[in-house]
Amino acid sequence: MRMKILACVTLVVLTTMALAPATPHKAGGTVTGKVTYTGTPPKMKPIDMAKEPSCAKQHATPVMNESVVTGSGNTLGDVVVYISAGGEAGAAPAQGVEFDQKGCQYIPHVLAMQAGQQLTIKNDDQTSHNIHPMSKVNPEWNKSQPPGAPPIQVKYEKPEFIPVKCNVHPWMHGYFAVLNTSHSAVTGADGSFSLTGLPPGKYTVTAWQERFGTQSQEVTITGNETAKLDFVLKATEY
Amino acid sequence: MGKLFAVAVTVITLISAALFVTHTWWLPPDISVLGRGIDGQITETMVFTGALFVAAQLALALFVWQSSDGVATRVIRSFPGGATFMVVFACAIVSIELVSLVFVGTKVWSSIYLDAAPANALHIDVQAGQFAFYFRYAGPDGKFGVPHPELIDEGNSNFFGLDPKNDTAARDDIISASLVVPVNQPVLLTMHSKDVGHSLFIPELRLQQDFVPGLVIPVHFTATGITKTEVVCTQLCGLGHYNMRAYVEVLSRDDFAKWLVDQAGQ
Repeated sequence: MRMKILACVTLVVLTTMALAPATPHKAGGTVTGKVTYTGTPPKMKPIDMAKEPSCAKQHATPVMNESVVTGSGNTLGDVVVYISAGGEAGAAPAQGVEFDQKGCQYIPHVLAMQAGQQLTIKNDDQTSHNIHPMSKVNPEWNKSQPPGAPPIQVKYEKPEFIPVKCNVHPWMHGYFAVLNTSHSAVTGADGSFSLTGLPPGKYTVTAWQERFGTQSQEVTITGNETAKLDFVLKATEY
Repeated sequence: MGKLFAVAVTVITLISAALFVTHTWWLPPDISVLGRGIDGQITETMVFTGALFVAAQLALALFVWQSSDGVATRVIRSFPGGATFMVVFACAIVSIELVSLVFVGTKVWSSIYLDAAPANALHIDVQAGQFAFYFRYAGPDGKFGVPHPELIDEGNSNFFGLDPKNDTAARDDIISASLVVPVNQPVLLTMHSKDVGHSLFIPELRLQQDFVPGLVIPVHFTATGITKTEVVCTQLCGLGHYNMRAYVEVLSRDDFAKWLVDQAGQ
């Protein structure tokens, strides 16, 4: 009798495994493209970290302000490209994202995440930082993180672009891009991005840059194709 | 026991007086035009108050020594004029001393706070904020942009709230995290705070002045020696107070001119 039950259970388990997809299917449409600018971007100035020698000595050449990052061919870095409408938001990925404080800089300068996704904030410096994300929609907080302190774990539940500053080092500056989607990318200095695994449907794709604002375009995905989508943001000098 | 106490008081008095006389822990060498006056003032104050301190402590030790024979009922009546006269006399001496110190010090004080900076003074705008100092120079056009506190955006290096879009004078303003000045030239600082009270202390320049939110406080000085030192905040201003400091560099006139050109090009 016991053997029979065991056999039945085994059969049910095996059948379920065979019917369910082994992994969430990676297939789907892709949107790729480049973000560039027209006009004159502001001149980025070097940051003087002399007052924090432990950070200053980590940089052979002065760190430049990162509010506008450009590449050759007018490409624009640190632009968040994401699905702002269309498709389903879905649950936040189990895999968290990480934000590091190193050399008195935020790495990365812009961090994209889905609402509800785990965010880990580390201090890799030999000095105290006081991280202060200035959120307006989500609850605002600021926390001191001395050298060697454990990482700060936090989750943002509502979509928002949150400027982040350090209350000890005024030049430190970054952004949390809390989005309603898991389909997002932050461009490198070459301006390129790629959003993968999009199920068929009509989407609005938005590009956001901290100084030059947002721009949106529509795209329709029908199968496994790759759609090309380029953004040209208007740069202003001041 | 009383005799032991008298000896201890004497020894402590003499050692502490000796530490001041030999300048064991003293200010760093002064490199400022006004520093001599301030040092003179500090010395006068130390001599006057020090003499009174030593006399008072030694008198205390003497009386303790004399009274240490255990006769508790003894009453001292020998002061000429009695106790009332003694108290009035002591108060008068201290008052005269304090008033004279203020009177003598007025000259130095007014040369810092009442005299305007010389016309050829280099004007540097200083802003204190949690937890850093920033220094602003007028740039090649010689004009400062107008600060708008609501435009302060530190992440974009706009520490002073300038409006380069609409204010052409603001475009070439030089912002530095270090206070860089030429040697032997008067410098005028206009000091203001972005948030809370701070203080600017440069011991070598004998300069210490509080920032008060809402006020623009002018101070002026002339550095007389080429050096690199520190300015520290000496008003507890919050969590990062210990870390609020900046470098002060006194350069030769040529090096300063080069530094300005360098900064303007950035």
